[in-house]
Amino acid sequence: MDDMHQHGFRGWLAAPVPASAAQARAQQIWLGCKRFAANRSALAGLVFLLLLVIVAWLAPLIAPYNPFQQSLSARLTPPSAAHWFGTDELGRDILSRIIYGTRITLYIAVLTAGIVAPVGLIVGTIAGYFGGWIDLVLMRIVDVFLAFPSLILALAFVTALGPGIENAVIALSLAAWPPIARLARAETLTIRKSDYVAAMRMQGASHLRIIWSDVIPMCLPSVVVRVTLNMAIVILTAAGLGFLGLGAQPPSPEWGAMLSTGREFMMNAWWVAAMPGIAILLTSLAVNLAGDGLRDVLDPRHD
Amino acid sequence: MRVAAQGGYLTPRRRRRLRETLVAIASIGVTLLGLVALTFFIGRMLPLDPVIKIVGENAPQAAYDRVYRELGLDQPLIVQFLGYLKSAVTLDLGNSLTSGRPVLEDIGRVFPATIELATVAMVIGTGLGVPLGVLSAMYANSWIDHVVRTVCLIGYSAPNFWLGLMGLMIFYAGLGWVSGPGRIDFVYEYGFEQRTGLLLIDTIMAGNWDAFRNAVSHIVLPAAILAFSAMTYISRMTRSFMAAQLTQEYIITARVKGLSWRRTVWRHAFRNIAVQVLTVIALSYAFLLEGAVLTETVFAWPGFGRYLTSALLAGDMNAVVGCTLIIGIIFVTINLICDVLYRVLDPRTR
Amino acid sequence: MTEPLLEVENLRIRFAGNRTGRDAVRGVSFRVGREKLGIVGESGSGKSQTGRALLKLTPRSAQVTATRMRFRGEDLLTASERRMREIRGRSISMILQDPKFSLNPLMKVGEQIVEAYRVHHQADQKTARERALKMLEAVHIRDAERVFSLLPHEVSGGMGQRIMIAMMLIPEPDIIIADEPTSALDVTVRRQVLCVLNELVEARDTGLILISHDLNLVASFCDRILVMYSGRVLEEIEASNLRNARHPYTRALLDSLPRLDRHVDPLRVPQRDPSWLDGPVFGPEEGS
Repeated sequence: MDDMHQHGFRGWLAAPVPASAAQARAQQIWLGCKRFAANRSALAGLVFLLLLVIVAWLAPLIAPYNPFQQSLSARLTPPSAAHWFGTDELGRDILSRIIYGTRITLYIAVLTAGIVAPVGLIVGTIAGYFGGWIDLVLMRIVDVFLAFPSLILALAFVTALGPGIENAVIALSLAAWPPIARLARAETLTIRKSDYVAAMRMQGASHLRIIWSDVIPMCLPSVVVRVTLNMAIVILTAAGLGFLGLGAQPPSPEWGAMLSTGREFMMNAWWVAAMPGIAILLTSLAVNLAGDGLRDVLDPRHD
Repeated sequence: MRVAAQGGYLTPRRRRRLRETLVAIASIGVTLLGLVALTFFIGRMLPLDPVIKIVGENAPQAAYDRVYRELGLDQPLIVQFLGYLKSAVTLDLGNSLTSGRPVLEDIGRVFPATIELATVAMVIGTGLGVPLGVLSAMYANSWIDHVVRTVCLIGYSAPNFWLGLMGLMIFYAGLGWVSGPGRIDFVYEYGFEQRTGLLLIDTIMAGNWDAFRNAVSHIVLPAAILAFSAMTYISRMTRSFMAAQLTQEYIITARVKGLSWRRTVWRHAFRNIAVQVLTVIALSYAFLLEGAVLTETVFAWPGFGRYLTSALLAGDMNAVVGCTLIIGIIFVTINLICDVLYRVLDPRTR
Repeated sequence: MTEPLLEVENLRIRFAGNRTGRDAVRGVSFRVGREKLGIVGESGSGKSQTGRALLKLTPRSAQVTATRMRFRGEDLLTASERRMREIRGRSISMILQDPKFSLNPLMKVGEQIVEAYRVHHQADQKTARERALKMLEAVHIRDAERVFSLLPHEVSGGMGQRIMIAMMLIPEPDIIIADEPTSALDVTVRRQVLCVLNELVEARDTGLILISHDLNLVASFCDRILVMYSGRVLEEIEASNLRNARHPYTRALLDSLPRLDRHVDPLRVPQRDPSWLDGPVFGPEEGS
């Protein structure tokens, strides 16, 4: 416990009694980071995700081949020094395709999270905060969406909307927001009754202001954790859509779609189906690991 | 409710119970109505013109108009919805545009295959998932806990259609331990009477053991893949329920009495999570139906999931909407059963 | 003091991940025989953890050390888990704070008592059941047959705690630790529950360790008192001699209580003095 007596910035962060709200917040963040970093598997997940972002960003520089370049003479060559992950039925380099596929996967996951989190948060906090009829109506809508397994719902929407990445994102978002709304509502219900919200009310703060400045910040940690963990499911579902031919369309190097075409050839060329699957597995594993670590830090009440 | 409340024989407690029941029934009714509305909405979003699907691209205008009116597309949306609602209530889901038969009949035909697959998977998943979840909580942070949690994490992260493909590649094409896609080999298919539609049971009833063995060798792999995801879900939930119970005071009481850790967990804590675990198992059954969609596609399993995906790809909207509605109803029913289980089995809520 | 059953010397309990730098229990020593020992302290003083350490039931994150922790001369620190299971319940038992949480909510209370008996005594279900019913009567529960088959949520707090007492005394332990046995109960039934406990403990000549934050209560039930503060025993004193307590903390606690025999106005809130954390400790006065 020597750091209790340290000076400077570290000492400021470790001071047993914070002197200001800003210091308290900085200490919270610092402690959270320390706890997250202490969780080695969570850190590994985060590092892997960062790596994916870099790979997606620098895909043209990293990929050894053009992902669309066909080479009929090099069809279905097994993994070798020239093609680390082998080539597919049209002689395209699988590694390069997986590298470009990272872009699609991250695009879908991030866009879906960006739609689902605010929608779920707004619907949930409004329902929880106002209660009564508003709550009843909104929650019945949530119930209706929750009555379907998310894959089935996404499938139905994507059939109606037509295949394609953007439609897949819409379908995935439509299927993924209700659990977030329900979570935000549950959190709001406990906050709504707290004394500090009552105090804000008595000082004349408007409902909107209370929701914005008190309720939403309190819901945010658990919502962020849940959205992160849900991204793993979104990645799997998106791959499933691609696999069924309802997501990204060939020749797009989306991992699920690659699996689906690789399927026909896998009995003779295992790498065609194995490699994209491993990419999906590792990505969703990394999301799960990072999400679990995030939960331990942000949402300690859980478990 | 007012009327019921005025009946003098109703004690306050019964009155409250009645009220709760009525509210529950009403909310399920509203949910089902919403389900129908949502599927109606999905059906209308279709970019394809259902009329052209029926009459063909080059049909004369008169024929087009006739079918347009027959489908009721000239009516206001609300009238169309009421018509749809009526047919949904009577479970008249229309005819499949590809098979030409009523959708409900089609579903009835393919459903036993899915039920068989999901049930086998659930039995395996429960048999492994519950004990592993308990052990993992009981010996938290031991090697067994780490193994269980790692396996669960992989199960959560792996796309099960990919696991299916890999399984086929290794155990069917590579090692030849199991049979390939389908439910049963063609040679056996008509060697027994299909009474229940569940091949494992039908073959036993017919005493056709070769066919039974063949059916088993077909179901093992897809069931194992589905069981794996069910197991991850069940053991993860069981672990967290159990971990929550083990922090309770009555656990200390049991230990103070001199009970061993194992007996404390199984005799005292397990009783308290049994109902929760039961509801998780019921819910996992519902999720298995979802997982079956992709798994059945991979294994060419002629069940509900494959019917749905082929309808999706063919743009057969009647079949898609019908399947979605049926799944929704099944989901709501399973949730309802869980609720009732909770109320009936937990003496604290009685 | 009677011949000691339990001897504790220099008991320390440290929690992993603790940021304050101070252990939960720091060098606690005492002996108990067939008598009534009270341990008093505010919340966080380490009194409950001390009680649990005697049964080796502290949480996994706790690390317990002592120069000596013996029961009838047997070293508890090195005792195997198997041996501890024999000791728990049969030799040393414990009553927990709140019957709402400390009874298994899904087991008939009678079954729970029967179980406590059968862990340590060879007896068939019928004999054990009769013993349990007798025990329920001994804790002044009328209609024991009916109560036997009730679930914990169907009994009141006072009755729940009497059931707990019955359950913990049925194997006839030598020492019973009562950890805040009445703080979760209605004020009206507290004394009644304590009387039942007192009656049984005296009749069976069982040693009692009563852990509480209530100095008055402990003083009126116990022979000897340990006053704990921040993980240490500040003062050990005969209950009859409490008026002559020497430690300023004990004095402060006494001054904070309303009294019947003289007017105290206003009641004083004890001012905590940092020097108590590591300051001098007062033992029992010789010859008192």
